[in-house]
Amino acid sequence: MHISMNPWVWIGVFFTFSVLSFLYKDNPFYKLAEHVTVGVSIGYGLVIWWTNSVIPRFYIPVFEQGQWILIIPAILGLMMVLRIVPKYSWLSRYAICFSVGAGSGMAIPRSMQAQVLRQLEATMLNLSFTSGAGINNIIIFFGVLTVLVYFFFSKEHKGVFGGVAKVGIWFLMIGFGATFGYTVMARLSLFIGRVLFVLQDFLGINLAG
Amino acid sequence: MAEEIKKTFWERLIQIDRRVIYLIIALAMVLPFFFQMGLPIPITKEVKDIYDYIETLTPSDVVILSADFDPSVSPELLPMFDAIFRHCLKNNIKIIAMSLYIQGPGLIAPVIQEAATDYQKINGVDYVFMPWVIGWHIVIMDLMTDLQRSFPTDFYGTRTEDLPMLDGVKNYENYDLIVPFTGASSYAWWLLYAHEPYGVPLAAGVTAVSAADLYPYIQSGQIMGMLGGLKGAAEYETLIGEKRMATMGMEAQNWAHVIIILFIVIGNIGYLVIGKKK
Repeated sequence: MHISMNPWVWIGVFFTFSVLSFLYKDNPFYKLAEHVTVGVSIGYGLVIWWTNSVIPRFYIPVFEQGQWILIIPAILGLMMVLRIVPKYSWLSRYAICFSVGAGSGMAIPRSMQAQVLRQLEATMLNLSFTSGAGINNIIIFFGVLTVLVYFFFSKEHKGVFGGVAKVGIWFLMIGFGATFGYTVMARLSLFIGRVLFVLQDFLGINLAG
Repeated sequence: MAEEIKKTFWERLIQIDRRVIYLIIALAMVLPFFFQMGLPIPITKEVKDIYDYIETLTPSDVVILSADFDPSVSPELLPMFDAIFRHCLKNNIKIIAMSLYIQGPGLIAPVIQEAATDYQKINGVDYVFMPWVIGWHIVIMDLMTDLQRSFPTDFYGTRTEDLPMLDGVKNYENYDLIVPFTGASSYAWWLLYAHEPYGVPLAAGVTAVSAADLYPYIQSGQIMGMLGGLKGAAEYETLIGEKRMATMGMEAQNWAHVIIILFIVIGNIGYLVIGKKK
């Protein structure tokens, strides 16, 4: 064991335990860690945004290379910021209109292709009881069908229709169960990350062997 | 009398303070680091598919590894990035390391440096490391059509056109695999703006929370494989024969799962016993 002498590691350990102390109960150390996280994230983001974006993508092209056309998106960006000035907040709507229009134009056709049509295509499968893949395809086919029936609310879920919708609920529950299991795994992994940091980086315990 | 004691036991168990449960789980996760049992890490098809595909690549091929995450999910995603980065270096495959997240480059910089030192690879020659640039979808679209427009300089400020590795690497025709690592939905951005329009093969490394969402895309063949959570990273480390961060954490994860399953079973038995008595 060899305790780290790096002050940044000590600060990391302090904030790790400050955040974990919330599991006992809310306290000033947790609040401090929470506020520092927000402050540091915004400060870090602003500096990187300024040095990686504003200077090389706006300042240098406009003022050193004479690409004056970039003034237009810069003005739109400033209009967006005017949301915080009540008197001129209406100007932000023009920038938002442009942003929503361009964003939708880029995303909608591609989403239709990648997330609707291709997914529909993936449910048109070769159904058979003679192979494992064929049985899997049957499960996928009936799963999609029954879940879609469950989400059809224009008809009362009664009789055969209600029965099919109930099967859809079972498929959904299995899906939620898988997601929940994965979520537990994810949360534990985050804690493992902190344990490794404290044991290896702070206490200097060699765990690799 | 005996019945009354049993009832009190289950009631007490059901009403146990949550902090006691936290403590038990914490112990279950810390102790395995000191008492390793060497539990096996079976390899899943989704992980093996990525490994096998990278094994087929040659030194002239280019892989884009995009670390689209921030510190909150780095314990899960950083080991994945590390494992695939090392696999590519080992096979002399060209790598473009980048991030669509503002905090991403800062997180992967030490991992890249350590791996490059271990494999004696040179920045700009064997791999390139790009900085964060604003506008994720614009970055992806530019990268597909003109790499230099997307990244005029690398992370260290060197002009992209001066990087020897990128000689002849211009657009989607030169990319052989894209692997985003994400705790959100950046895999969908890469799917929409890179894989679907240009057909560049896509795999993904995701947090366990997002893993279930990817199966429809794997089933449809749009995403070739997936590393899901720390388990996915540990599987990949096993495949490349380097037991590092993820493998170390798997034993703790396994024991914590056992404890949680036990709690769920005990809780449900208690719930049924108390319910019946009422």
